[in-house]
Amino acid sequence: MNFVEINNISKSYGSHKALLETSFSVKKGELFGVIGPDGAGKTTLFRILTTLLLADSGSARISEYDIFKDYKKIRQIVGYMPGRFSLYQDLTVEENLAFFATIFGTTIKENYELIKDIYVQIEPFKDRQAGKLSGGMKQKLALSCALIHKPEILILDEPTTGVDAVSRKEFWDLLRKFKNMGITIIVSTPYMDEASLCDRVSLMQEGKIMQINTPDNIINNYKPILFEIHSNNMHDLLIKLRKYHNNSNVFLFGQTVHYSSINEINKDDLKMYLKNNGHANVEINVCTPTIEDCFLWLMNQNN
Amino acid sequence: MDKEKAITVKNLVKKFGNFIANDNLTFDVYKGEIFGFLGANGAGKTTTLKILCGLSKPTSGQINVAGFNVYTETNKIKNNIGYMSQKFSLYEDLTVYENIRFYGGIYGLKLKDIRKRADELIQKLGLTNVRNELLSSIPLGWKQKLAFSVAIFHHPKIVFLDEPTGGVDPVTRREFWDMIYDAASEGITIIVTTHYMDEAEYCNRVCIMVDGRIEAIDTPAQLIKTYNAANMNDVFIQLARKAKQQ
Amino acid sequence: MKKFIGFVKKEYYHIIRDPRTLFVLIAMPIAQILLFGYVITNEIKNASIGILDHSNDEITKQISSKILSSGYFKLDASINSEQEIHEAFRKGKIKEVIVFEPHFSEKLKKEGTAKIQIIADASDPNIANLLTNYTEAIIRNYSNSITTQNTQISLITPEVRMLYNSELKGAYLFVPGIIAMLLMLISALMTSISITREKELGTMEVLLASPLNPFTVIAGKVTPYLMLSFIDACLILLTGYFVFNVPVNGSIILLLAECLLFIFMALSLGILISTATKSQQAAMLISLVALMLPTILLSGFIFPVENMPLILQYLCKIMPPKYFINIVRTIMLKGGNLSTLWSDTLILAGMSIFFILVSVRKYKIRLE
Repeated sequence: MNFVEINNISKSYGSHKALLETSFSVKKGELFGVIGPDGAGKTTLFRILTTLLLADSGSARISEYDIFKDYKKIRQIVGYMPGRFSLYQDLTVEENLAFFATIFGTTIKENYELIKDIYVQIEPFKDRQAGKLSGGMKQKLALSCALIHKPEILILDEPTTGVDAVSRKEFWDLLRKFKNMGITIIVSTPYMDEASLCDRVSLMQEGKIMQINTPDNIINNYKPILFEIHSNNMHDLLIKLRKYHNNSNVFLFGQTVHYSSINEINKDDLKMYLKNNGHANVEINVCTPTIEDCFLWLMNQNN
Repeated sequence: MDKEKAITVKNLVKKFGNFIANDNLTFDVYKGEIFGFLGANGAGKTTTLKILCGLSKPTSGQINVAGFNVYTETNKIKNNIGYMSQKFSLYEDLTVYENIRFYGGIYGLKLKDIRKRADELIQKLGLTNVRNELLSSIPLGWKQKLAFSVAIFHHPKIVFLDEPTGGVDPVTRREFWDMIYDAASEGITIIVTTHYMDEAEYCNRVCIMVDGRIEAIDTPAQLIKTYNAANMNDVFIQLARKAKQQ
Repeated sequence: MKKFIGFVKKEYYHIIRDPRTLFVLIAMPIAQILLFGYVITNEIKNASIGILDHSNDEITKQISSKILSSGYFKLDASINSEQEIHEAFRKGKIKEVIVFEPHFSEKLKKEGTAKIQIIADASDPNIANLLTNYTEAIIRNYSNSITTQNTQISLITPEVRMLYNSELKGAYLFVPGIIAMLLMLISALMTSISITREKELGTMEVLLASPLNPFTVIAGKVTPYLMLSFIDACLILLTGYFVFNVPVNGSIILLLAECLLFIFMALSLGILISTATKSQQAAMLISLVALMLPTILLSGFIFPVENMPLILQYLCKIMPPKYFINIVRTIMLKGGNLSTLWSDTLILAGMSIFFILVSVRKYKIRLE
């Protein structure tokens, strides 16, 4: 049975439609990613799930509880980490943790086993005020606070935004661990590369879900032909490639340009074209798409 | 090669009490270069950026920005640079046009010039329909592009971008980088910080800071080669990990 | 209950981790009362008065010189007729006129009593009251001294007339007023700010998503500030008593209980404000403009309610500080007890219950 079930949830703020008939389900013990840029509707969706907002229409449940009728029950079983850092900056690490334990009617001691793995990392700073922690540490503390009452499900809104690459990796390692302990996790992120760390992801854009699948299947579903092109003058390469064919997309990807098209493109023709336009030393290779390629393609299809 | 230098930094040290935020930094940035600043939270990027913008005085070192001394000529520096950050950039309760006019005014441009250039800019960004809309009502991606355009509106020699693309969708993010390339090709020097490691690879050179020191400074391709890594993300993680173990 | 204690503990940390605010909260009451107190006593030292002596004999001259040598008064102009009194007041040069009736010493000798009229400009009631009190005291003193000398019963009856504000009541008006003002400020402002701060920082989102019920949150927010405000009330009373000799004639326990009631009322107002605002700035502005100004202007603290236009008098009736100031004045200065104050107390209690019910109802269990 699905642990979380969302049916046709919609939400508008005035004339702005934040969520459009969103539906998906999450299995028990799954690590589910909601991936999309700002304004995709991730935060709205999470606030509805955590009973902080009422949906305009549609229904949802977590475990056997309805998010509208049984909101008190849901607040007991959900561990929620909002998008902004939302702990008390003037309280120490330990005081924050103790406070969140008490408001859920438990103690640090009672659930220490659960948070042990994170807590040993932040323990050296336990007398430091939360406002003075580094970004990565803050997020770990916030995660501990969300976990302290032994929730059945974690709902984490962009926990890795603004955090450096190393701390991000450590954070995902922790999420993996909690998933293995049987906790269901729904996590959102604007970083496309983090999709591969989830069991399943939903790609969102402007209030709509473009696709839900495992990261591998999303990549397998990618239809266009995709080249990876490198040249000495990347800026000019972009300009020239954009003029080459109508039904194509040209995007920078690290040190290369990803050139995709639904039409058949002959690699040698393309090479010749670029050579004639002042790019003698170009390398063109067929490449496997990343989640970001898929996202870009889906966005293009939706427009 | 004798390239014109936009920024020279020699033995920059910045201390806050006992804490050394910048530990003896030395580097140059060339004119028209896209120079990336990478580092973990708290590695000292922001401190360096503030010193280069003339917002904060270094403890010691010789620093020259756009030909001006950071100790004595901060006002001249401010006239010759542009700044944009993810957090603060434009006024949400002003319209698109009013924002442009306001920033033009700050840098002492003539109203006639402002009008003309604002119209050009609005057209170029495709914002004609929302010219008189409040900024709060337009999508984030457009705002970020507008914020960048405003930061280079007065034709500064150098523009500082502090995590300019956080949370922006992948298409807009790339359009944004197109604009950065355009600006660089016009001779504007770009200093940018980011947490997206693929963006680090768009830079001409990057400088990776760890615990207040410069751990590596080179072209992305060379760094990837040196550290035998698959991409910049690996390079970054290797360097930052090393620092943690020490 | 554990949740509540945990919450109060957290609030306590917030308060002590912000020593600057805490200092202001403790030092402000004392600073305010010293300021008000000294501004008023200073003026009395050099008050200009006029003397209209219809009799101009031995005794009136003696009394005049006693008054003028007391150090509180200085003679501004000699006044020769009743008409000149009003003129002098209108020019604003003098604050008090002392009138001796004709044949003063003759009457005193024959009838054993004579009259002195003290006319004060009560457009500033505090000062007028203090001046007349001083004058009366000096005259009574003199009267006593001649009584003992001559062993015959003689009385000089000073008759006080307040001009422009005839219904003046009680001295030391400022102490009850300051108590009301500061309790309102600290209680309402601080609670509304501390709740809106949680909204601004996003911590409210986590609290809402937790099983905490609204009542625990509100009670947890109120308790620390209730204690802090109560300490302030005591500080004001102590400063008033030791520095300015403001007495507490009635029951001190009743007075403190009424203070608690008023604090509770102000706290519930603060919570009500915070349910309607999203930012600390807005909460502060509303607290200052919507609470402080009425507390100062529409409560009888500075301007007597009786002299206001009818509309404002009705408006005063819905201002909680009006009742509180009245209660405090009655207890401190007149020694009144609950049997005379039950209606005011009941009104205050009713207002508190009303505000707390509205704010619990308005407290949102979700984000807007």
